[in-house]
Amino acid sequence: MAEFLQFAFSGLTVGAIYALVALGFTLIYNASDVINFAQGEFVMLGGMVTVFALAAGVPLPLAALLAVIVAVGVGLALYKLAIAPARGASAVTLIIITIGASILLRGVASLVFDKNFHSLPPFAGNKPFMVGGAALLPQSVIVLIGAGVIVLALWLFMTRTLTGKAIMATAANRLAARLVGINTGAMVGLSFAVSAAIGAVGGILAAPITLTSYDVGTLLALKGFAAAMLGGMGKPLGAVVGGLMIGLLEAFGAGYISSSYKDAIAFIVILVVLFAMPQGLFGRARVERV
Amino acid sequence: MSMLTAQGISIGFGGVRALSDVTFEVEKAEIFAIIGPNGAGKTTLFNVISGLYDAQQGRVTLKGEDVTRLPAHALARRGLSRTFQNLQIFFRMTAAENVMVGRHLHERRNVIIHLFTLPSVLRQNRETRAKADELLRFVGIAELADRPAGTLPYGALRRLEIARALASEPEVLLLDEPAAGCNPVETAEIDELIQKIAATGVAVVLVEHDMKLVMKISRRIHVLDGGRSIAEGTADEIRSNPQVIAAYLGRHGQQEVARA
Amino acid sequence: MNRLAASPYTVVLAMAVVVALLPLALHSTFYLRVATLVFIFSLVVVGLNLLMGFAGQVSLGHAGFFGIGAYAVAVGPASLGVPSWLALPAGAVLAGILAFVVGRPVLRLRGHYLAVATMGLGLLVAMVFNNEAAWTGGPDGMLVPHLSLFGWRVHGPLSWYWVSGVSLVIAAWIAVNVIASPTGRALRAIHDSEVAARVLGVDVARYKLIAFVLSAVYAAIAGSYYSLFDGLVTPEAAGFLRSIEFVTMAVLGGLGSIVGSIVGATVLVVLPQLLTVFQDYEHIVLGLVMIVVMVFLPAGIVPSLAGVLRRKSS
Repeated sequence: MAEFLQFAFSGLTVGAIYALVALGFTLIYNASDVINFAQGEFVMLGGMVTVFALAAGVPLPLAALLAVIVAVGVGLALYKLAIAPARGASAVTLIIITIGASILLRGVASLVFDKNFHSLPPFAGNKPFMVGGAALLPQSVIVLIGAGVIVLALWLFMTRTLTGKAIMATAANRLAARLVGINTGAMVGLSFAVSAAIGAVGGILAAPITLTSYDVGTLLALKGFAAAMLGGMGKPLGAVVGGLMIGLLEAFGAGYISSSYKDAIAFIVILVVLFAMPQGLFGRARVERV
Repeated sequence: MSMLTAQGISIGFGGVRALSDVTFEVEKAEIFAIIGPNGAGKTTLFNVISGLYDAQQGRVTLKGEDVTRLPAHALARRGLSRTFQNLQIFFRMTAAENVMVGRHLHERRNVIIHLFTLPSVLRQNRETRAKADELLRFVGIAELADRPAGTLPYGALRRLEIARALASEPEVLLLDEPAAGCNPVETAEIDELIQKIAATGVAVVLVEHDMKLVMKISRRIHVLDGGRSIAEGTADEIRSNPQVIAAYLGRHGQQEVARA
Repeated sequence: MNRLAASPYTVVLAMAVVVALLPLALHSTFYLRVATLVFIFSLVVVGLNLLMGFAGQVSLGHAGFFGIGAYAVAVGPASLGVPSWLALPAGAVLAGILAFVVGRPVLRLRGHYLAVATMGLGLLVAMVFNNEAAWTGGPDGMLVPHLSLFGWRVHGPLSWYWVSGVSLVIAAWIAVNVIASPTGRALRAIHDSEVAARVLGVDVARYKLIAFVLSAVYAAIAGSYYSLFDGLVTPEAAGFLRSIEFVTMAVLGGLGSIVGSIVGATVLVVLPQLLTVFQDYEHIVLGLVMIVVMVFLPAGIVPSLAGVLRRKSS
C-alpha cells in the first residue's frame, strides 16, 4: 500500500507538470491550430533561467519572475517571427517550424547556460509528510497546488474576462472573430504568451524535484502532447486529466514493470489513442465533409 | 434489371437526419435527375451511393449486386464513377495526367514491374495516355492536355472531371452539379455532353440546380427535401407538383403559383 | 534534345555523370568522405520524398528505419554470426516488414496525427537500441566490422564513394520509374485528392503502404552504408533529431523533386562540415534553417528556383 501511494504521489507530481505542458499545447492549438513542439522549451526556460539568475545573486522570487518574463518574451518572439509569417501553411510545415524553434532554443540554451543538470532548493523545506507509509514531499504539494491554481486561473480568465472570451472566439471561428472587431493576431500572440507563462511556472515549481537541463524540453513536449491527445486535442479539462493520467501510468509502469522503458509509456499511449480513439477521452469524433 | 437502386437509405450526423428512407431506381442509358433545395441531402446521397459514407439504414445495389457496405474503390471496380460538386481535381497534375489516373483500373497494377524501365510499363503509359487524349477530345478540351490542371479555367475543369470519371469506363455515372458556376454557354455544352454520354449506354444520375438543364435532358426526376423523397416523375409531372413547388418556393410561393 | 530535357531520366543520367566524374575534381579524402555522406543521406531523402513529396504523407520517425539498417550490420556479425554482406539486405527486409506491419494502421491517420504517430514509433525504436545494451551496446553503441563482398574488403572513402554513389543512381532510377508509372500517378493523385483517387478505383491504403515500405527500405540500406562506412553505430542513428534532419533535407530541397532531395541532403551535410569550428552552433543553425526555409521558401529550394526561372522565361 505504501509503495502504491509512493508511486501515486510521484506520478501525480510529474503528471501535474505534463498537465501544464498539455494545457499550453491546448491553448495555442485552440487559438491557432498550431501544434507547438517548442512548448517543452518554455518549461526548460522557467527552470534554467531561475537557476542561473539565482546563482547570479538574484533573490528567488525575482529570479522566478525573470524566468517567466523571459519565457513569455520567447513565446511572443516565436509567434511573431516564426508562426505569424507562415500563416496559412500546412500542418506539416507548421510542425517543422515549431520543431525547428525547439531545436534552436535548445542550441541557444546549451550555449547561454551549460549542458549540466541543475536544481533549485525546495521552497518549503525538505521534510516529507508521511501519508499512509509513503513520503510526500512539500514541493510535490506545492506543484500540485500550483498547477491547480493555474488551471483555475486560466479557466476564470477564459470564461469570465472579455480578453479570455476573445481568445475563445478566435479559436472557434477566426474570420467571425475578426469581423466583430477582435484582433485575432494579438489574440493568438496572447495565447502563446500565456502558454509560455504556464510552462515556465511549471518548470520553476518542478525544478526542486525533477532536475532541469538544457534539453528537458523535447521529452516534456512529447509527453505533454500525449496528454493533450489522450484528453482530446483542444479540450483543456482533457489536457489536465490526460497529464495526470500519463504521469500516473509512467510512475506505476516504472515501478511495477520496467524503469528503463519509462519514457516509452507516453509514446505507447499516443499510439494507442491514435489508433483506438483518436478523439481522446473528452473529444467528439469528427466527420470529414466532401 | 436496373443499373442502380437505392432502397430506404437513411443517414444522420450527430442528431441531424440528413437522409430518411430514400428510394429510387435508375435504368441503363437513362438520365435520372435528383433535385431539391439546398441542404436537401443530394450530395450526401451521392456520398452514400459512392461508398464515401456508410448508410445507417437501407441498401444500394449495382447491377443487381448488393454493394451497400463496399468502399469507394470497390464500387469503382464494379462500374460506378462520379464527379464532385467542389471539384476534386488533381491540381498538381496536368489535365492528361488527371484523366490517366482515371484509367487506373484498366492498367496493370503490379508494383514490382513499376520499379524498372520495362517495355511493358512504357507501353502501358503510352496506351493510357492515348486513351486520356481520346477522352479529352470527347469532352472538348484536347488542346489543354499538357497544362497543369491548376491553371485551367473553371469551365474546362468541370469538363476535365467528367473526362476523368469516364476514363474508368463506368456503367453508372454520378454527376454532382456538373454545371455549377457555369455561364449559359458552358451549361449548354455540358448539357450536350451529358446527352452524348447517356447515348453511349451509361446510366447517368444527375444532381443539378439549373432547372432548365434538368427539365430539358432528364427522363425522370426525383425530388428531395429535408432528406426525404417528396416526388418522382417526368419533367412535366414534377413541374406542376404542388409539394415540389412548396419545397422550393415555400407555402406562400405555392399559393402564388396556384393563383397564377 | 528537347525530348531528353523533358524526360525524367535526364536527372538520373546527369547524376550518373556527376558521380562518375566528381572524384576527378575532389582531391582529398576529406571531400570524398563528405561526398559519400551526401550520397548516403540523399538515398534516405529520395525514399522519404516518395512518401512525403509524391504520396503526400509525413514521417517524423524515419530514422527508426535508418537505425534498423545501421544496427543490422553490427548486430548481425557480432551476435548472430551473420556476415555483413547478408546482414545488409536482411536489415532492409526487416525494415520493410516493420514498415508493412505498422504502416497499415499508422497510415490511416492524417496530418499532425500521422506526424506524431510516426514520431512515437521512431522514438520507440531508438529507445530499444538505447536500452538493450546486451545486443546493441547501449548508449555508447557498438563497433561495426567492415563489409567483405566476394573477397573485396569495402574500406576507405573511395570504395564507399563508389558504393554509395552507384547505389544512389540506381535508387534514383527506381524512384523515377515508379513516379512515371501507374503507381506513381496513383501516389500523386492521393496527394492531391484522396477522395477522388478512391472514387477512381485507387486502393489508397495499399499505395500509401507501398510508398512507406519503399522509403523504409531505402532508409535501411542507407543506414547500413552509414554504419559500415563509419565503423561505429550509436542509438543516435535512430534518434528523433536524425528523423528531423531527414525531413528537413527533404523539405528544404523541395518535396516532389528528386534533384531537390539531393540538394537538401547536400546543404545539410555540407553546412555542419563548414561549421566544424562552431560545433556547438550546429543545433542553432539547423533550427534556424528549418524555420527560415519553411517560412520563406515553403516549396523548397529547387521548386522555388524552378518557379523563378519559369516566370523569367514567360
